[in-house]
Amino acid sequence: MTGAAVLGSLAMIFAQLSLLAFGGGNTVLPEMQRQVVQVHPWMTASEFASLFALAQAAPGPNMLVATLVGWRVAGLGGALVATLSLCAPSSLLTFGTAHLWYRFRNAPWRALVQRGLVPVTAGLIMASAALLTESTTTNWRTAVLTGVATAVFLFTRMHPLIMLAAGAALGVLGVLS
Amino acid sequence: MSESHPKPSLAALFMGFFTIGVCGFGGVLPWARRMVVEQRRWMTAGEFTDLLGLCQFLPGGNIINLSIAVGARFGGAAGSVATFAGLMAAPMAIVLALGVFYDRYGDLPMVRHGFAGLAATASALVLATALKIAAPLRARPVGMVIAVATFVAIALLRWPLAPVLLAAAALSMALAWRVRA
Repeated sequence: MTGAAVLGSLAMIFAQLSLLAFGGGNTVLPEMQRQVVQVHPWMTASEFASLFALAQAAPGPNMLVATLVGWRVAGLGGALVATLSLCAPSSLLTFGTAHLWYRFRNAPWRALVQRGLVPVTAGLIMASAALLTESTTTNWRTAVLTGVATAVFLFTRMHPLIMLAAGAALGVLGVLS
Repeated sequence: MSESHPKPSLAALFMGFFTIGVCGFGGVLPWARRMVVEQRRWMTAGEFTDLLGLCQFLPGGNIINLSIAVGARFGGAAGSVATFAGLMAAPMAIVLALGVFYDRYGDLPMVRHGFAGLAATASALVLATALKIAAPLRARPVGMVIAVATFVAIALLRWPLAPVLLAAAALSMALAWRVRA
C-alpha cells in the first residue's frame, strides 16, 4: 500500500467506527482490533492491547487509542487522520441535532431507545474487555493482577491512575514475569 | 437556555476544554461537569444533564460530543472547533509522547514488563466498566439474553460490528417497546 492509500484506509475504518460507537469509544474496540489486526495486518493483537494501555495512561477522552493506532500505522499523519476520522462524523451528528434534542426531551421514544441500547452496549463493552484481557493475560500473574484490579475499580473509590501506576510498578519490579 | 449567564468567548471555550483535557485522567466527565456548571457557570446543572443525555445517546465519545454541543450553543461552528481543539490538543500531544517513548524503549525488559502490568490493569478498567453497565440487567432477563448474544457475536464469533449492532439494537428496542405496551 502507498502512503496515501494507507491514510485513505485509516480514514474509512475510523469514520465508520465513529458512527457505530453507541455507548462511547470502548464499544468499538473489538471492531477496531478486527480491522487493524485481521482485515489489515498492521499489528498483532498484543501490540493493539499495548497501545490501548498507553492511551489509558494519558489524560483525556478514551478515544485516544485511535491516535496511537494511526500513529503506529502511518506516523503523525496517520495519528491525525485516525483521530479526526473517529471524531468528525459523530461530532457533525451532534452539531446537527443538539437543538432538536431539547425539543424532544419529554418524548417517550427517547427513554425507550435509551433503554433498548443498554443491553447492546453492555454486551459490546464486555466483548472489548474479554478481547483485551485475552491479549494482556500472558501468565497466571497478569491474570491475578487483572482480577484484583477489577475488584479495586468496582468496590473502592481509588483513582484509576493510581491503580494503573501500581500495575506498571509491579511489572517493572519483575513481580509479573 | 438561561440568559443570566455571560456568553463565553471562543478563547474562553478553548481554555475551558483545554483544562478538562489536561485534568481528565481516567474519566473526563466529572471534570467537564465541574468546569461547565460549577466553576464557569456556563450552564445550570439541569441544562448540562440534558445535553449530556444527547451526547450519551448519539454515537461517538461522550465527552467529545459534549465539547461539540457546548461549543455550538455558545459560538456556533467556530465554538465547536474551539472546544474540540481545546479538549484534544494536550491529550493527543501527551499520548504521542508516550507512543514515542514506548517505541524507543519498549524493547528494554524493564519497560516491557512495566507495560505488561499497565496493560493488564487497563484491561481491568474496561472489565469493571462492563460489569457496572451490565449490573442493572440482572433484573431484565431479556436484556441479559441480548447482551450475551451481542457478546458471543463480537467476542467469540468475531462478526463485523455494523450488522450485529443494527440487528441487536433493533431487536432490543422492539422488545423494550413490547414490554412497555
